[in-house]
Amino acid sequence: MDSVEFSRYLTMLTLSVHVIFATVGVGVPLFIMLAHWLGLKNNDQHYLLMAKRWARGYVISVAVGVVTGTAIALQLALLWPRFMEFAGQLVALPLFMETFAFFFEAIFLGIYLYTWDRFKNPKHHFYLLIPVLLGGAMSALFITSVNAFMNTPQGFSLLNGELINIQPILAMFNPAMPTKVAHVLSSAYMTAAFLLASIAAFHLIRGNRHEYHRKALALTMKVGFLFCIATALIGDLSGKFLAEYQPEKLAAAEWHFETEGEAPILLFGVLTDNNEVKYAIKIPYALSFLVHSNLSGEVTGLNDIPRDEHPPYIIHYFFDIMVSIGIGLTLLSMIYLIGVNRNWSFIKLKLFRFFLVASGPLAMLAIQAGWWFTEMGRQPWIMRGFMTTAEGATDSDYVWLMFIVFAFVYFILMVGTAVVLTRMFKRNPMEKELEKLNGNGSDIG
Amino acid sequence: MTIEILGISVLWLFLFGYVIVASIDFGAGFFNASTIVTNKHHIVNSVIQRYLSPVWEITNVFLVFFFVGMIGFFPKTAYYFGTVLLIPISISIILLALRGSYYAFSTYGSKGHKGYTLMYGVTGVLIPASLTTALIVSQGGYIKELPSGKIELDYLTLFTSPFSWSIVLLSLVSVLFISASFLAYYSAVAEDKEALKLFKKYTWIWSFPTIITAFGIIIEMKWHNIAHYEGLLSLWWLFALSLVCFIISLLLLKRGRYGWSFVFVVLQFALAFYAYGVSRYPYLLYPYLTIYDGFTNETMAKALVIVFILGLLLLIPSLYLVFKLFIMNKPYIQNKKG
Repeated sequence: MDSVEFSRYLTMLTLSVHVIFATVGVGVPLFIMLAHWLGLKNNDQHYLLMAKRWARGYVISVAVGVVTGTAIALQLALLWPRFMEFAGQLVALPLFMETFAFFFEAIFLGIYLYTWDRFKNPKHHFYLLIPVLLGGAMSALFITSVNAFMNTPQGFSLLNGELINIQPILAMFNPAMPTKVAHVLSSAYMTAAFLLASIAAFHLIRGNRHEYHRKALALTMKVGFLFCIATALIGDLSGKFLAEYQPEKLAAAEWHFETEGEAPILLFGVLTDNNEVKYAIKIPYALSFLVHSNLSGEVTGLNDIPRDEHPPYIIHYFFDIMVSIGIGLTLLSMIYLIGVNRNWSFIKLKLFRFFLVASGPLAMLAIQAGWWFTEMGRQPWIMRGFMTTAEGATDSDYVWLMFIVFAFVYFILMVGTAVVLTRMFKRNPMEKELEKLNGNGSDIG
Repeated sequence: MTIEILGISVLWLFLFGYVIVASIDFGAGFFNASTIVTNKHHIVNSVIQRYLSPVWEITNVFLVFFFVGMIGFFPKTAYYFGTVLLIPISISIILLALRGSYYAFSTYGSKGHKGYTLMYGVTGVLIPASLTTALIVSQGGYIKELPSGKIELDYLTLFTSPFSWSIVLLSLVSVLFISASFLAYYSAVAEDKEALKLFKKYTWIWSFPTIITAFGIIIEMKWHNIAHYEGLLSLWWLFALSLVCFIISLLLLKRGRYGWSFVFVVLQFALAFYAYGVSRYPYLLYPYLTIYDGFTNETMAKALVIVFILGLLLLIPSLYLVFKLFIMNKPYIQNKKG
């Protein structure tokens, strides 16, 4: 294997690790904010403690997010120097704005954490969360717009290899940006909801009947359900977007070879060597409907796309994983909400709670699958239509070595994070803290 | 002033910001760890934790800021530095990753874990050394051009050059000097007499090596890059001013005016840092890249400057708030419970 391959793997590795912490980083502040607000509004210690405990776990994740984020920021230039040299002239603006947004978030998160009980009016402390939430969402917006640009570059012209007529704002607000940003944000909130829900469900499954966990579960499931719906709707728009701007990605995701109307959606299945689909579940007309909102619309197939521009067909599986988990979680949260409302007894069954515990990790898996789908789906391009991945990569000979070293470091980080987080909450159970809180409050540390 | 010079000045400012805040941070980590070994940890622990906890993530952002700005204003640097510095900068990334996460683990996770604290200290010394590689390479003379047209870092020359080792040495001693000076001030505000005494001592210990290596490097430059050496000499008065600030800071330290002493330390470094920066003009990477041939297009440059100003309007009040709440806030600093 050469440097190009290893550069791709190392980038994939760093981003796959980073996206775990980035998703938590964007999503969780919303829930800290909701809990803190409910706590202040109803003068409910449970919610206040919830905000505090979530915030404490959140800091650990932010810390690892910061370092993996720094890693990917630097690796972009180390592994893709020619790409950054070229694209740096076009996307420097959102990249730069992202650091501002992140700076903003970092500052106010620090202040929030160390000012519990330092303000006379507790609302002032609560307001500190607004810049944290905004900063997280804005940095997601800016960085996703860079990624969107790589998918649908615009805002410049090429004349004999020279860039002319550059419009940074146009480059930022490229066609892929609105759906991508919306999908990233809503899926981050959705994933954060299920992650926090699994923690609560875990305590319930272990026999802890404290009201605190029930409140946490009810809150996260409600919000989670809303974001499931939002994510699905935006996902539908993303499909329509793909059909128009990146038909090769959609066609590869659906193993759709012949350009035809009345196109079906394929779920699961395997692809034989001569591109025949076997064992798949076929939903007739669904792809046409997804793309054109009518049952007979024509969908471009892979056979009409030059062979060397085909993405790897494996992305079909990632697409399936993402969509199935999305639908599964929507149903799960819906059943839970109806069940609570109607007092159905089976939502208290161990089996159902087991699904609730699994929901967080599954949502995170869907995030990973979604990113693998979208990123591999634009192979062979690093900047669609302008630069292939091979042209953008470094020609340094030591990328393989760095891959091994980083794999090792990320492994340590992940294990460390898991150990520290579990230890932190195990040693300091909620009940103990609640008792202390009724005495007097102290800083988070 | 052309927009290229404006661009590089902005970046130089970020880099200087990083040098100061990161020095305080790296040095604090080092002192924190070394006092574990010397059994003086109980003296400094509280002061260091009080300062570090709310601000540690801000430090990293300065670095990313500089870096992203560099690629924004000078996209060609991505090619040269990116290709050449894969290994040294990857090492820095790894050290930064371990350092950041282990800090969080020990502060928010298992408090007072000695392994984490030692790791935090050791990486704090290694990071400046590995980051300095970028600065050394930009001086020129360490890049090999292969027959295939590829460029590569010449590790042998790099590791055997006394010049590059002097720069590493300078970065190490100045980190400890800046940090000790700041922590002396901070413990003075905290009215923590024992910590103050210790940090005052550290400031004295690390002050002279800093100034000696700095002058050593200027002299070595004569053999390394004569054009740059002459550039440095033509700015002799700025370096002289820097030396004056150094002397004033030590006098103030002796008189117990720790805040002002630290201000003069910052001034001393600012003068030397800017004089050094100006003396390199117009090279980003000698002799391959100047600030003119590596510059981004006009439209992007203007957009970046506008965003930069808007961003500062947001950042300065926020940083002021941090300052007011944690660094200048007596009740916070003195509060021993935590």
